Amino acid sequence: MASATLPARITMPAEARRSEIVEIRVLARHPMERAIDAPGLRPVARKIIHTLRVTQEGQELFRIELSPGIAANPYVAFTTRAERSGELVFEWIEDGGVTYERRQSLTVT
Amino acid sequence: MPKPSPERPDLLTRRVAIAAAAAVALAPAAASGQAASAETFAAAERAILAGREPAAAGLSIEMPQLSENGNAVDIAVRIDSPMSAEDHVARIHILAEKNPFPRIATFHIGPQAGRADVATRIRLAETQTIVVLAETSRGVVHRGSREVIVILGACVDGG
Repeated sequence: MASATLPARITMPAEARRSEIVEIRVLARHPMERAIDAPGLRPVARKIIHTLRVTQEGQELFRIELSPGIAANPYVAFTTRAERSGELVFEWIEDGGVTYERRQSLTVT
Repeated sequence: MPKPSPERPDLLTRRVAIAAAAAVALAPAAASGQAASAETFAAAERAILAGREPAAAGLSIEMPQLSENGNAVDIAVRIDSPMSAEDHVARIHILAEKNPFPRIATFHIGPQAGRADVATRIRLAETQTIVVLAETSRGVVHRGSREVIVILGACVDGG
């Protein structure tokens, strides 16, 4: 599986109490290129991030399907209940199948 | 545009002819490509509802009433839900009435989210109504809508 890097900022606490609801904000740098095929314009192929998935130990915590209607530099905020310590895996899937991955650890006390 | 070359007038006419032929060949392809991907707003909403009657309560949308720039409009959605294993919000759909692709985003959440509280930033082609549908594990669909005035639309189809 391809795992290139994507400039992204993940904002979440490093530590949380058990069962605490933590807010996670994710901002990635990506043009979210819409397909342009209008007359008089140079055609541009669609290239967006169509999915962002967040898992912990293989269990899906959150997933969003994105469209060309999402602004460039896609921003997504969601919540999750802190149940166990470990790494959260953030995966962005781009048109064409390239997957970008980032990990962020969460310590549950 | 290439400069006309007086010695080779045939070259120019050929170029023009090729360009014209290409434009003609591309136009129907572009139109059909658009038609194939464009699900109408009403069809998208019908497909999500699948015959269910939406509940008007329990869903709040936070969004500016007036947006200077349709290229990036903040939207936050919150649904009143116990978010328990038996009764939780499973999917949140954001639909735009007048965008070329009415389905903007679908969030998949579950009881592990703790709260049904999500946000993102969207593109809006013009002044329109945004509809949010939230499907729960019990089959209830919450519906909310907001009208947003867009000053500068996101130039979605280059037109």
